Amino acid sequence: MNHTRRNFLKFAGLTAAGLCVASAGGALAVSGAGSAIRDDEKVLKAKRWAMVIDTKKVGTKETIAVLAKACHAAHNVPDIPGKQNIKWLWAAGFEEAFDQPNNYMDEGLEKREFPLLCNHCTNAPCVRVCPTQATYKRADGIVAMDYHRCIGCRYCMAGCPFGARSFNFMEPRLHLDLAALNKEFPTRMRGVVEKCNFCVERLAHGKQPACVEASQGALVFGDLSDPASEVRKVLREHYTIRRKPALGTEPGVYYII
Amino acid sequence: MLEKALKGSPKYYIWIGFLLLLILGGSGVYMLQLMQGLTITGMSRDVSWGFYIAQFTYLVGVAASGVMIVLPYYFHHYKKFKDLVIFGEFMAIGAVVMCLGFIVVDIGQPQRMLNVLLFPTPNSILFWDMVVLNGYLILNVLVGWTCLECDRQHLPHPKWTKVLAYTSIIWAFSIHTVTAFLYQGLPGRHYWLTAILAARFLASAFCSGPAILLLVIMLTQKVTTFKANVEGIATLAKIITYAMVVNVFFFLLEVFTAFYSGIPGHMHSIVYLFKGVDGHAELVPFMWTAVALGLGSLCLLIPPRLRDNIKLLPWSLAILVIATWIDKGLGLLIGGFNPTPFETIAPYWPTGKELIVSLMIYSLGALVVTILFKIATEVKKETGASQKEAVPAEN
Amino acid sequence: MKLYNGGKIITGLVIFLGIFLAPLAYNAGKAAYIQPKLKMPENEKECVESKEFMRTKHMQLLDQWRDWALRDGQRMYVNSKGKVFEMSLQKTCMKCHTNKAEFCDKCHNDASVTPYCWDCHVQPEGLKK
Repeated sequence: MNHTRRNFLKFAGLTAAGLCVASAGGALAVSGAGSAIRDDEKVLKAKRWAMVIDTKKVGTKETIAVLAKACHAAHNVPDIPGKQNIKWLWAAGFEEAFDQPNNYMDEGLEKREFPLLCNHCTNAPCVRVCPTQATYKRADGIVAMDYHRCIGCRYCMAGCPFGARSFNFMEPRLHLDLAALNKEFPTRMRGVVEKCNFCVERLAHGKQPACVEASQGALVFGDLSDPASEVRKVLREHYTIRRKPALGTEPGVYYII
Repeated sequence: MLEKALKGSPKYYIWIGFLLLLILGGSGVYMLQLMQGLTITGMSRDVSWGFYIAQFTYLVGVAASGVMIVLPYYFHHYKKFKDLVIFGEFMAIGAVVMCLGFIVVDIGQPQRMLNVLLFPTPNSILFWDMVVLNGYLILNVLVGWTCLECDRQHLPHPKWTKVLAYTSIIWAFSIHTVTAFLYQGLPGRHYWLTAILAARFLASAFCSGPAILLLVIMLTQKVTTFKANVEGIATLAKIITYAMVVNVFFFLLEVFTAFYSGIPGHMHSIVYLFKGVDGHAELVPFMWTAVALGLGSLCLLIPPRLRDNIKLLPWSLAILVIATWIDKGLGLLIGGFNPTPFETIAPYWPTGKELIVSLMIYSLGALVVTILFKIATEVKKETGASQKEAVPAEN
Repeated sequence: MKLYNGGKIITGLVIFLGIFLAPLAYNAGKAAYIQPKLKMPENEKECVESKEFMRTKHMQLLDQWRDWALRDGQRMYVNSKGKVFEMSLQKTCMKCHTNKAEFCDKCHNDASVTPYCWDCHVQPEGLKK
C-alpha cells in the first residue's frame, strides 16, 4: 500500500513537472513563422534624450497651461479635482521647483513659473525601486512605464524626489472627456502609477514631443550625447540649471534661467 | 494539533465570533476599495503611502521582536525563557500575517501581485522584503509547530529545528533591516535618509514588540491555566527597558544631527511633526503625547522596584506601546512625506474606511494569534508544563 | 479489509461526485456549442497572420507585441509574407476590427473570459459614460 502510494506520488510529480516544461516550451514559439520586427523608418533615435526649457519664454501659468493641455490631451490624462489628481506637466514657482530658497531674488525670477515634468533621470530612483520592472529605463535614456505590469505599490512615488508621478486612486475615465479622447493612445486604469513618457509614442513615428511642438521654440528636445544636436547648442549658449542636482539622479531636463 | 483550537469555553467562542464579525465587516469595506480604488483612503499624490504601510512597518517590528526571547534561549541557553519561546514564535507568525495583509490592501492592483515573483527584480528592496518576510513566516511555522508537536509527545526536538531556529534569529534582524532599507535608501526624503534608521527600527521593535507580547502573555495567564516563569517575565521587562532607552537615544541622535548642523532639509520634517509648519500642526499633539508617554514609560521601567511591580508593569508596557506606535505608525510615514518634494505641506489623515480595513487586518492577526496561543496553552496544559497549580518548573 | 467510517466516506464521495458532475447534468440534452458568428472586416481579407493562427494565438501575439513595442521600442511587425504592420492594438487591430462588441466580445463572452485590454485601451466604438 505504502509502496504504491509512493510511486503514484512520484509519477504525479513527474507529470506535473513535464507539463510545466511543455507549456514553457510552447510559450516561446508564438509569433508566425518567418516574422520579424523592426523600427518605423521615420523613428527619431538618440543615445540620451534630453530637454531644455527656456523659462524666459514659458514663464507664466498661462504659457505653461498651453504645454500641459497639449500633453494631457495627447495622453488622455484625466482632470481630477483635489489632492488625488494626476498631472504629467504642470507649473510651479522657483522655490517649489528648485528647492533652494533665495532671499532678495530679482523680481522677474521670483514671479516666474516653471514647467515641471518627469526628469528622465540617468540614475532614476523610480527604476531602482520598482519591484516588477514596470518602470524601466530604455536605451535612449527615457524612463518608461509598462502599465500592464504595474502593481500599484507606489514605491516609485516615494522614490521620486521630483514629485513627477501620479497614482490612479480612482477610475480615470470618470474624469476624462470621453468624446475628446485621443483614440491613438490608451487611457490608464485604476490602481496604477503614471507619468510623463517623453512622448515615446510620437518619437517612434518621427514626431517631436507634444509639449515641444506646442511651445513655439521655448522647449528644445534632442540627443544629449550628440555635440551637434540642438539641445547641446542651446546648453552651450545659455546658463542652465537642473532640479536637485545634489541628489545625483542626473536629470535630463534643463532650465534656462 | 489544530483540533485543540476547536474546543473551548463559551468565552473563547464569543471572542472568535467577534473577530470573525470584524473581519467580515472589514472585508465589505475592502470590497468597496477593490471596486472604487484607493480613493476611499486619505492618501494623495503627495502622501502616497499612509496608514496601511505604516501599520505594516510597525508590525514587521513586532514580528522581529520574538527574537528577544528566542536569542537568549538558543544563544545563551537562558532556560527561564523556555516556556515563552513558543509564544514568541507564534506571535511572529500572527504579525507577519498582518504585515502581508497590509501590503495586499495597500497595492492598487492586488490581482497582479505575483508580478513580483514573475519578474524578480533584485535591485528593488521591496523584492527582498517579500523574500525575507515570507521566509521568516515559513521559519517560524516550521520551528514553532514542530517543537510544540514534539513537546506534546515528550520527544526531544529534532536537530534541524535548532539549525532553523538559529537561522531565524539572524533572519529576524534582517526583516526589520530590509524594511528600514525600503525607506532609508530614497533620495530626497530627508526624514528617512539616515543611516541610523535601520538601527532605530530595530530598537523600537525590540521594545514595542516584546511589550505587546508580554501584554498578550499576561492576558493569556488570565484566561488559561498557563503560568509563565516569573523570573523570565522580569528579564523580558529588563530587555524592553534597555531597548526603549536605546530607541530614545537614537531618536535624540537624529535631533542633534538635524539641529546642530542646521541644515533645513534635516530639520524640516522634525519641525513639522513637533511644532508645525505654515500653519499645519496636525501631528503636533500626537508627537508630544508620544514624547510624554515614552519618557513616562522609561520612568516606570528603569527603577527596578517599579519595573518588578507586576501590577504596574502592564500599564508601563501599554504606554510604551502607544508611544512607539505614534512614532512609527503615524509620525514616520507622514513626517517622511512632509514636506513634499515641492517644500509644501500635504496633511494626511486616514479615513474611516481606511481604519475599518486596517481593523480587518488587525482582527485577522488577532484571530491567528488567538488560535495559535490556544493550541500552545492546551499543549502545555496536557503536558503539565508551566501550569498555575504546579510548583514553578525547575528548568 | 474493513472500511472505517465507511458511511461518512461514501456520503462524502457521493456529494463530491454530484458537485463534480453537476455541469454535465446541467448541460445534458442541450444543443451542441456553435461558434459565434463574428463581424469580419469588410475591406480587408487577410489579418496579420493566418486566420487559424489568430484564432488560437492572438493573445500570445498581443503579449509579444506589447513587450516589443513598449519595452524594446521596436514598433513594426513584418509578417511571414513580408507585409509590415505597426504593433498597436488601437492603431492596427481595431482599425480593421472596428467593432469590439461584434468581434472580441462574442467569443470572450462565450468562453467567459474578460481580458482587461479595454480597461485602458480605447475601443473603436468609443467610450460612453
